[in-house]
Amino acid sequence: MVRSKFFVSLISSLGIIALSVAWMPVPDAAAADPNTFNRLMKPPSKRNPPPTQDGIHDPGSIGTQGLQTPREAFKPLPPAQSGNYVDWVKAFDAKKIQPRFDSKDPKAKPVIMDLTIVRQVKGSMPDVIFPHKQHTEWLDCSNCHPVPFVPQKGANQMSMASIMLGESCGVCHGKVAFPVADCRRCHTETKGKATKTSAKAAAKPAKSKKK
Amino acid sequence: MQATIHITKLRLLPVAMLLLVGSAAVRAEFGDIVLNNVSEQQGMRPVIFQHWFHRIRFQCRVCHNELKFEMRVGATQVTMDQISQGRFCGACHNGEIAWTVENCDLCHTGKPGLTTKIQGGHETKGPGIW
Repeated sequence: MVRSKFFVSLISSLGIIALSVAWMPVPDAAAADPNTFNRLMKPPSKRNPPPTQDGIHDPGSIGTQGLQTPREAFKPLPPAQSGNYVDWVKAFDAKKIQPRFDSKDPKAKPVIMDLTIVRQVKGSMPDVIFPHKQHTEWLDCSNCHPVPFVPQKGANQMSMASIMLGESCGVCHGKVAFPVADCRRCHTETKGKATKTSAKAAAKPAKSKKK
Repeated sequence: MQATIHITKLRLLPVAMLLLVGSAAVRAEFGDIVLNNVSEQQGMRPVIFQHWFHRIRFQCRVCHNELKFEMRVGATQVTMDQISQGRFCGACHNGEIAWTVENCDLCHTGKPGLTTKIQGGHETKGPGIW
């Protein structure tokens, strides 16, 4: 009795191991060499997987089969180095995408506020240029003010640690907006430059850099 | 006695293997979120909301201001009753702007057992993955 149970268990285990192995991504021929380049970097072929292979959609559901694949949708959009691997701001500026401002009115235009804030950072990184323009193209004032940002100069203390924990910028950045590992997309202004000029004047070089 | 120990160990092995492979296999798109506050309790698959698909068509403010979705995963309690009354997803998924809620399978596509949180390669923690 114990013996037969043992064999049933053994056979089922082997079957499941075989299935698991078949399910695992097939390693490249180069993976056999332990000293290859970019051992931990996700290769472009593994980015933007279709819903049927992304590990959260149920491939057995009929709906999953009907969903658009991100690779197809992102083909005409400008690429980026992280996140969805799409530069959403560039895509918006170049009118490659025209997301609606109002759910019902496709012609409604967003109210854009073109105010650039220079945040002088304490560490050795370049200062942060915060552009209201790119943010108001997507968001409403009430999404950021008064929570998580008090609309008052000097009233918002933040650190990269709190951002990593999902406070302030980290509410969106790192989740749906470009991740915090893209340091230089925020930390753009060379130190010292911003301290000599006013926030308004400093906005100009930052803008020219964007374009 | 020895055999019994072996059996117990072997029984646990498939479970361990599945857990290991299951966790390694998740490589969802950045910004994909799983909503399972009530779905599985009601006998449906969890909902997968894909931010990338929606942001191509709508600005953030449409859902996070006009439709009153909180900017924290799972903080907004959404029920099918509210959706059919034209609130939350139902504001667009009404057969006029987007397909109707009769297409259950198109939203309820998640693997059973997933919990409400961001699944798509997030780097920041906290409120968004509560």
